Amino acid sequence: MSTETSPVELVSSSQPHTGKGLSADGVHVIEPPRARTPRTPRVTRGNFEMWAWLFMRLSGVVLVVLVLGHLVIQLVVDGGVSKISFAFVAGRWASPFWQGWDLLMLWLAMLHGSNGLRTVINDYAERANTRLWLKSLLLVATVFTVLLGTLVIFTFDPNI
Amino acid sequence: MPAGTLYRGREGMWSWVAHRVTGVLIFFFLFAHVLDTALVRVSPEAYDNVIATYKVWFVNLMEYGLVAAILFHALNGLRVIAVDFWSKGTRYQRQMLWSVVGLWVLLMAGAFYPVLKHTLTTWFGK
Repeated sequence: MSTETSPVELVSSSQPHTGKGLSADGVHVIEPPRARTPRTPRVTRGNFEMWAWLFMRLSGVVLVVLVLGHLVIQLVVDGGVSKISFAFVAGRWASPFWQGWDLLMLWLAMLHGSNGLRTVINDYAERANTRLWLKSLLLVATVFTVLLGTLVIFTFDPNI
Repeated sequence: MPAGTLYRGREGMWSWVAHRVTGVLIFFFLFAHVLDTALVRVSPEAYDNVIATYKVWFVNLMEYGLVAAILFHALNGLRVIAVDFWSKGTRYQRQMLWSVVGLWVLLMAGAFYPVLKHTLTTWFGK
């Protein structure tokens, strides 16, 4: 006997619809685990989770700069927390640059954190109802906080 | 620890746990922080009042804890991005974690005096 290769073509079991994976006499070499039939439901979900995953990475990089810069300004330079007051905020928000910095930081941090907590809720809340309630609460809190912060930045009045 | 009760349990898992815990802590602080900052819209006195709590010594200490959480989350987040997008990321994930820890220790040592200066000067004078 020789060591000739077998006539059986080795194919991935993930392509049972091609009919490959059958030996010459029609006997299955590998049982197709999930044969697609006309009744197999089409994938109807979008790519939401992929976009959420990508957003976490992109916003994360930007937040490293925005948040660490914020910490240095508020807690490190010019006496750290000692100098923070209404007048200090008024001085910074007189500049559209710092208004924009804080606005972008607010939105990115809230969405990044909110999506992170969504993942945590999905991981640990086992009952479907509990997940729904927790995520509804999270959504309400997030929308409220983002809108409140945005309103405060845009309507800030140093002469209040 | 009995076998099989700890998923992997090495650097990869513990950094994942720490990333979660710090992330949740930072998020809850962020809610409170947007609310306290919103007081600038009420009156200068209301804002300066709430900012006074930031200057109480144990809140000042918690700010150092907040810096610790944010620095770890930021540095480890960059490591996660490297693991996901750099072709050698998974191979060097452990070395990157220890780099994160080393850098974190250095930055925390550097932040100790500036962040806690308010408390240190009120306790020990200038």
